[in-house]
Amino acid sequence: MIGHSEHEHHPKLQHHFYSMEQQLEASILGMWVFLVTEVMFFGGLFMAYLVYRTAYPTAWAKSSEELNVYMGALNTAVLICSSLTMALAVRAAQVGSRRGQIVNLILTIIFGSTFLVVKYFEYAQKFEHHLVPGPHFGPSPPLPYGSQIFFALYFIMTGIHALHMVAGIVLMSVILVMAWRGRFSPAYYGPVEISGLYWHFVDIVWIFLFPLLYLLGFNQPPLG
Amino acid sequence: MSTAHVITPVRTYVTVFALLLVCTGLTVFVAKQDFGFLNTAVALTIACFKATLVIWFFMAVRYNTPLTKVVVVSGFAWLLILFGLGMSDYLSRPWIGVLGR
Repeated sequence: MIGHSEHEHHPKLQHHFYSMEQQLEASILGMWVFLVTEVMFFGGLFMAYLVYRTAYPTAWAKSSEELNVYMGALNTAVLICSSLTMALAVRAAQVGSRRGQIVNLILTIIFGSTFLVVKYFEYAQKFEHHLVPGPHFGPSPPLPYGSQIFFALYFIMTGIHALHMVAGIVLMSVILVMAWRGRFSPAYYGPVEISGLYWHFVDIVWIFLFPLLYLLGFNQPPLG
Repeated sequence: MSTAHVITPVRTYVTVFALLLVCTGLTVFVAKQDFGFLNTAVALTIACFKATLVIWFFMAVRYNTPLTKVVVVSGFAWLLILFGLGMSDYLSRPWIGVLGR
């Protein structure tokens, strides 16, 4: 069933694997183990969010109102676009299209950068409105007690997510250079696939951050 | 072992992409409706559905080995344990007069 005697060795096949398929599956498994640690890492932050939201529901709703829903929704759409181009880049590698890989990787990088630019304008707005936790926190009209915790979590969670985006863009640039040099083929495209998993994961984190941070302001809890 | 060779048609990716965009619009729409305490539950249900679409189709977990699938599911299962035990602690503190909320 698993044999390699009848095939010639692919130059990219490491000696401890039976076949290219097994090598790819092993690397996918390894990447997922890493992504699970990332799930737990962000999970701790979501846990903190849950605890403080339970403690300060009014502060959460009022603070959420200060976030720009349109920018948040725009960034969600931008990330979904980048996930599509990422998936198409992996597919291009699978079918051996060098041009498809290059075009889709560049699009992915552009969408990722767009996300960061929108995020920059959002952060700038928060600074202008005195919504950054610390001695200068003082929005007018004032927000209820606990709002600084909301904004602390907002900056930590979206900031760490943005750092992941930066890492993803660097990663995609490396993969782009490799694709440009024609390193990948239908038999060997592991690096594209693995980097794609990372990119999609960062998209998933945002899928949860968007409703939990931006969309609480429409319905205020009772006892304002 | 030939599962790695399955190539998803572009059409599938575009369909999933469109579905994700529709769900994003839906999330914003339902956030403006008043379901009382169910608002967050509805938002999270949509978010989980979107995440499942990304994991199953874009990340192509559907073509991965059972071992990889178990690892994926276990990651999110442990997350639920974290939330479940964490919140059962915090929510039950007022009942027995323990400090902290």
